[in-house]
Amino acid sequence: MSEILLQIDGQEVGAREGMTILEAAQIAGISIPTLCHHEKLEPFGGCRLCTVEVEVRGWTNLVAACIYPVAKNLVVRTRSEKVDRIRKMILELLLAHAPDAFELQKLAKEYGADKNRFEKEASFCIHCGLCVRYCAEVKKKNAIGFVDRGIRKEISFVPEIASTECWNCKECFPLCPTEALQAAFVLTRALFVASEK
Amino acid sequence: MSRINSPAELEEFRKGILSKRDPNKPCITLCSGSACHASGSGDVAASLEEEIKKQGLSAEVDIRRTGCHGFCERGPIIVIHPEEICYFQIEPKDVPEIISQTIKEKKIIERLLYTDPETHEKIIHESDIPFYKHQERLVFGSNGSIDPKSIDDYLAIGGYAALAKSLSGMSAEQVLEEVKKSNLRGRGGGGFPAGRKWEGSRDAPEKIKYVIVNADEGDPGAYMDRALLEGNPHAILEGLTIGAYAIGSHEGYIYVRQEYPLAVENINIAIKQAEDYGFLGKNILGSGFDFIVKVHQGAGAFVCGESTALMTALEGRAGEPRPKYIRSNIKGLWDRPSVLNNVETWANVPLIINKGADWFTQLGTAGSKGTKIFSLVGKITNTGLVEVPMGTSLKDIIYKIGGGIPGGKKFKAVQTGGPSGGCIPEDLLNLEVGFDELTDAGSMMGSGGMIVMDEDTCMVDVARYFINFLTDESCGKCVPCREGLRQMLKILTNITEGKGKEGDIKLLEELSETAKEAALCALGKSAPNPFLSTLRYFRDEYEAHISKKQCPALSCKELISYHIDPAACQACMICLKKCPAEAIVGGKNKIHVVDQEKCTKCGTCFEACPPRFGAVKKISGEPVPSPIPEEDRIIIRKSKEK
Repeated sequence: MSEILLQIDGQEVGAREGMTILEAAQIAGISIPTLCHHEKLEPFGGCRLCTVEVEVRGWTNLVAACIYPVAKNLVVRTRSEKVDRIRKMILELLLAHAPDAFELQKLAKEYGADKNRFEKEASFCIHCGLCVRYCAEVKKKNAIGFVDRGIRKEISFVPEIASTECWNCKECFPLCPTEALQAAFVLTRALFVASEK
Repeated sequence: MSRINSPAELEEFRKGILSKRDPNKPCITLCSGSACHASGSGDVAASLEEEIKKQGLSAEVDIRRTGCHGFCERGPIIVIHPEEICYFQIEPKDVPEIISQTIKEKKIIERLLYTDPETHEKIIHESDIPFYKHQERLVFGSNGSIDPKSIDDYLAIGGYAALAKSLSGMSAEQVLEEVKKSNLRGRGGGGFPAGRKWEGSRDAPEKIKYVIVNADEGDPGAYMDRALLEGNPHAILEGLTIGAYAIGSHEGYIYVRQEYPLAVENINIAIKQAEDYGFLGKNILGSGFDFIVKVHQGAGAFVCGESTALMTALEGRAGEPRPKYIRSNIKGLWDRPSVLNNVETWANVPLIINKGADWFTQLGTAGSKGTKIFSLVGKITNTGLVEVPMGTSLKDIIYKIGGGIPGGKKFKAVQTGGPSGGCIPEDLLNLEVGFDELTDAGSMMGSGGMIVMDEDTCMVDVARYFINFLTDESCGKCVPCREGLRQMLKILTNITEGKGKEGDIKLLEELSETAKEAALCALGKSAPNPFLSTLRYFRDEYEAHISKKQCPALSCKELISYHIDPAACQACMICLKKCPAEAIVGGKNKIHVVDQEKCTKCGTCFEACPPRFGAVKKISGEPVPSPIPEEDRIIIRKSKEK
């Protein structure tokens, strides 16, 4: 496998063809924050927290590190004034949903994000899709999915599948960065039990 | 019908069709596009058939139900050939007279003609009417002369000649070169050069490749792709087949909105006919080239017009854009090279092959060649579809073709490019339309929507409207778009309701930056445009809403009040009786007063007050004058004193 040399934060980094910037950075010990990334799952590109600056042929672009493929002589900056500003905004937008989520609070501290910048919203879900994708890609059960779209999008268990598959699994629970999933699951279970009575 | 097996057989067949058609035989064409259908063209068609039979003319007159003619404001439209007599807003009751007078006696019926609003002259011929006269209808023009359900009609106007020419006289490389040379740019939004897109797919190593028609037209007020699919489906099929030949694809898809039933019906009929005639299928026109087309009906998501979301939906999954840094012409549908072009782009291809790239590049500006169809809607006299050469000024489109703003109102802005486009103000009306020109002005070409707004339109409210549309239509996958739009909508709604705060504009700008820079797809990246372009040209309106709690266009309900000028009120009782909220107090000969507590700001009183009095006033950003004392409200009429 040929090695591709690129530069991340001024450091020469070697990577293999087909790797993403995030993977190359992880190998080199350079940290890029993520929320929707999971090594067992296909890249999702949803949270955009891993946004970094890349320089291609003299142009500077912002790209998602979890998807962007490495290339020879690529110049990557994982932190810049703009990158930090965008990460701060993304965190503030998510903190409106899950102000007490530990992972978000930790990141908020690093980027100076104000958890009270936006009015609080009832839903705790930040739509990282970890539960949905884990169930589909790893467990191949599709017991949980997204419903609706836009600002009304939410996660939902499929009662028929959940009632037989989820009891002994629950592997998606610890993946959730905000604990929203448990709430949703408990709710569905309650509804399902209620409907059986 | 037996298959046509070679270009020579096609020309023979075409001659056969033409020899059976007498150009001097009277033919009544009736617009049967969706807009005219809604205004009753179905009933008109039935009356025409019945009346022709009744008057014993079945053998002497042809009726042709065509696609959209474009002048939707005046539908249903009929044109009588060969004289090209044009009648507008036809109702079934007009039909007997049309047959007995115009068809039999060759007499013009004056009242059905178009009246020029300036000269008040009656105009007989379609091509003399200003709405049509200033257009260049290369792609859209055939709509008026063919029945979209008849492949013979399409062949009669030279249809499938470009396909025959490509397959028999040109190599795939030559076709590609011609399209590249024409500098045809995508009509769906991005304006990416079609030839370069095709070349990328052609050169991609993967053997199986796809060509796709994007007919997921979803911009509010835009319907040019619909009109083309409904009115001239074979032109799109022909363009698609030529494209497939150029890149080496053998399978094509048409992704069309399920909300376009007539378009779905007509394209399916067209595919069936093209298969029967041998323009689709195995060994097309004896060239050895195979190509099939399938129709996929979309479930009505705006985001599926975005290329990767459309392909995800075609694969049978929820229509969400995929994160891509590899172009879909290299890795698209099922990870294979896929050329996706919009309906209008494909419809341009046969023209370029027939007439050549040199002819095509004569039209347009340096960066944008050919023509563009716009859907001209909003506060405009002549609502409809118009096709003009690139480089035509906005002013010419709106005033010469569109007939200006109705009701003596003043022009304020024109919104182009769909929901994520932008608003262009009056001082830029001389702007020549083209991909780069519109982008530089902070808007975009998009698929060609053009919404005209007059002085009564509040630009903050316009931004709020489009952002609201996008919060519904965003797929909801990425944070900058889903959450950013959610917050932008809240702030904009607050501003229009008089709850705007200092710092709101700056916060909206920051949210816009995040979406523009970090969103996953083109929808998200361009979603802040309605805000950014209105801010760029109408910042004073934002500031008036926030700091003065004033809506300069007198449009935002929460920021306006109605009151009655006691000096002008004639106590005529009209507004008092019409007020649905019973918010007007007063009586006969007693000056009327609006009870501000009860008023719902519906504007009925404002509309009802006779213009000669003009007593009802709409105000914003200033306190409502206190009502005059009860005892001063009595009007003593001079006539009664005598």
